[in-house]
Amino acid sequence: MGTGAQSLTLLALLLPFLGAIAAPLLTRVLKHNAAWVLALVPLWIFIHFTGFMGTVAGGETVAGFFDWIPSLGVGFSWYLDGLSLTFALLISGIGTLIVLYSGGYLKGHQQQGRFFSFILMFMGAMQGLVVSDSFMTLFVFWELTSITSFLLIGFDHDREAARRAALQALIVTGLGGLSLLAGLLVIWNATGINSLSALLGSGDAMRSSPLYLLALVLVLGGAFTKSAQFPLHFWLPNAMQAPTPVSAYLHSATMVKAGVYLLMRLNPALGGTTAWETILPLFGGVTLLVGTVLAMRQTDLKLMLAYTTVASLGLLVMLTGFGSDKAIEAAVLYLIAHSMFKGALFMVAGLIDHETGVRDIRRLGGIGRAMPVTFAAGLLAALSMGGLPLFFGFLAKEEIYAALPTGTPWGMLLTAVAVGGNALMFAIAFMVGLKPFIGARGDIPKKAHEGPPLLWIGPLVLGLSGLVAALLSGPAHFMLSSPMSSAVAGTAIEVHASTVPHIGLPLLLSLVTIALGLTAYLTRDRLREVVAAGLKAIGWGPDLGFDQVMRGLLKLSFVVTKIVQSGRLDIYLTVTFSMVALALLVPMVIYNELPVMPEMPMLLVHEWTIVVIAVIGLGAVVYAKDRLTAIVSLGIQGLAVALLFMLFGAPDLSFTQFMIETLSVVILALVMTRLRLSPTDHRPASEKVLDVTISGACGLAFGLLLLKVTQNPFDDTLSEFFETHSLAIAHGRNIVNVIIVDFRGLDTLGEIAVVMVAGLAILALTRVRTPDRKPPATLEGG
Amino acid sequence: MRTLIFRTAAPTLTALMLLFSVFVLLRGHNEPGGGFIGGLIAVSAFAIHGIAFGVHQVRRTLYFHPMAISGFGLFLAILAGLISLAFRVPLLTGLWTSLTFGDLTIDLSTPMLFDIGVYLVVVGSITSIALALEGREDA
Repeated sequence: MGTGAQSLTLLALLLPFLGAIAAPLLTRVLKHNAAWVLALVPLWIFIHFTGFMGTVAGGETVAGFFDWIPSLGVGFSWYLDGLSLTFALLISGIGTLIVLYSGGYLKGHQQQGRFFSFILMFMGAMQGLVVSDSFMTLFVFWELTSITSFLLIGFDHDREAARRAALQALIVTGLGGLSLLAGLLVIWNATGINSLSALLGSGDAMRSSPLYLLALVLVLGGAFTKSAQFPLHFWLPNAMQAPTPVSAYLHSATMVKAGVYLLMRLNPALGGTTAWETILPLFGGVTLLVGTVLAMRQTDLKLMLAYTTVASLGLLVMLTGFGSDKAIEAAVLYLIAHSMFKGALFMVAGLIDHETGVRDIRRLGGIGRAMPVTFAAGLLAALSMGGLPLFFGFLAKEEIYAALPTGTPWGMLLTAVAVGGNALMFAIAFMVGLKPFIGARGDIPKKAHEGPPLLWIGPLVLGLSGLVAALLSGPAHFMLSSPMSSAVAGTAIEVHASTVPHIGLPLLLSLVTIALGLTAYLTRDRLREVVAAGLKAIGWGPDLGFDQVMRGLLKLSFVVTKIVQSGRLDIYLTVTFSMVALALLVPMVIYNELPVMPEMPMLLVHEWTIVVIAVIGLGAVVYAKDRLTAIVSLGIQGLAVALLFMLFGAPDLSFTQFMIETLSVVILALVMTRLRLSPTDHRPASEKVLDVTISGACGLAFGLLLLKVTQNPFDDTLSEFFETHSLAIAHGRNIVNVIIVDFRGLDTLGEIAVVMVAGLAILALTRVRTPDRKPPATLEGG
Repeated sequence: MRTLIFRTAAPTLTALMLLFSVFVLLRGHNEPGGGFIGGLIAVSAFAIHGIAFGVHQVRRTLYFHPMAISGFGLFLAILAGLISLAFRVPLLTGLWTSLTFGDLTIDLSTPMLFDIGVYLVVVGSITSIALALEGREDA
């Protein structure tokens, strides 16, 4: 790959972010028609990536590398094989349609520019995620998708439900992201590999490592939260608070598949073990069942689709976990099919909502005549989702049934789960794609009519692509399915599924599925009541659990804060100075490093006088009747010490000490006037004893420490350096000053910045009135 | 504290102390002194002025908000460091030059500029604290 092509790919990765910057300005000028211009961004990326299809279909891979953190050996690198290329094409292709759809859906919205900006940012993050090679880029993009998803779910931030859903999604997927990071670091640690492409070739080393299970669990923590596996699925239906284009793009076609992508990506490295083949089908199967059953309970079109998305993700995880070639083929086909039909159905649901103002399945009906294009798109997508012949969903379903092992009880159980889940998804597909359009006219406030082209282009193209891809299954498999399956399996696989059904068990299972699905569709109202009654009987769900955990955390942090930050200065001081005394005294005693008692120094009379003055000052502090006297006495002691510095050859230090002591007295006196304390001390005797003990211990500790330090041999390399160089290279005879402003100028710069910040802080504190202390009642406050 | 003697002596004292603080600042490179000490002397001067005539009077005398003075000091200190970058030497490298007026030679240097910055930060921040404690912030 030439550097030119490499730069182009880098541009393709960065372009969405540039588009995100331009979007608000462009929308200000062009209003909703900016969609036509902005859609060129993903379209160009789509075309750029199609250029690699030939190479990748030939079994080769495309890689690129730019230095990022050379000191850690971390590069900004990408790796395109069948898996990442298919994902990249899905993201940019569906992204193009979504941008157009957003143009129509949010037409006239005040914040449409911001919406475009967010959705392009998300696109860039997702694009980066699926082509990342190094662990670090993978993780960074992974987190970026969580953050952009947060922004998009909370787009209508004046609604509390949207804020809650956004925060919930961020917390759940953010925790998963941390788990993934830990997992990647464990892999890095265990194998010394920090890029996916290298890891793919070292599966055996990884699987035999003692850290394998830890790495697997941590990575699954990331994948399962992102791909909404039970019991962490609850954030996904709540994310339906986002505008519909977001639901169609992030929460069905792309982002939630990031977890599945990761599992598929790591299958050659982590898969094939008992743990992998147990955990994945187990969680996937439960998620599939829970998702479909909960979907039957819903009456809101978007929520029905959201729960079937949870179910589909479960199905994908289950299939990925089997590890057989057939299962991988099935997962790949279903993933591609799902991105197309689910994206289309979401957009259809949004269109119906947009044009009729209703999303409740019980109230919708008979709008097919007024909205023929929408009807066509919805029906096409439903046929694919239902897995009926001639559609891509059919190919996927056939492969699923062909892949499921039926020999063992475990396999039969999973087959039953798959049949049940697929049947319910069949029912939901037609409840969204057929029910609103036929039958008697429902209770609809607006007069339904067809939406503008911006709105129906997306669903129609996606709906049709489900048909076209199935009819042209040969080329589709050659270009997409086969390379992707090979990448997931780690060995070459050729996909042959076509619209001709597998005669035998798979066909039989298909027929059973369709029969069950039809029954469920026809008895939907009865089923809904049954599920609702069942859920009411349970009365608790993970969503509620999330709130309980968050409330518990808030309470805990409030309690801890109250203990650690009691707000009482005397407690802070007691704790701080006790710790200082202990930290100094305990090691000295334990390691027997107490200083030797020095001989009485030979001092002159005036020197003795000063020492005596200092001691008298100290005594006056302790015995002072009122606080002002104590402060002034402390000043006397300080000045005496300053004099000692002067006499023993430290004029600069002494000079500074004089000023500090003077100002301390002034400022302390001022503080006292402000605090309105009583002029005398009212502490009880017991408290006084404690305080005296602590301060005595501190003084003793510092005294001993200084004595000990001076008794050790003194290393004067630095003093010599400063003495010889102060005048020679810094042109100053005052070594202290030269050190401050020249030799250690950077330190001083930091220190004066601290002085200034402290000044600002004190200024702010003097303006604070009595603060209120109330526990935060709810999670609310965003 | 507003005795007649104190109020009469205060302006003179303040002026002398300020002058002395600048003297201490400038001689600091060769004799005991420097920005920190000079700044502290200046703060004491303002404190005396404040005790004698009140906070409002000091704020009027200062004209600038003390925190602004402090900020300008930090700016000067950073500027002194950045100048060396323009001469393609590492940040905060001391640079020296001499100006000659007839017989008089004045040495100028970036450490001196830096020290003036230190002086202003100390003056500004601590005066600000003292004034805020002494009276309600009204400027």
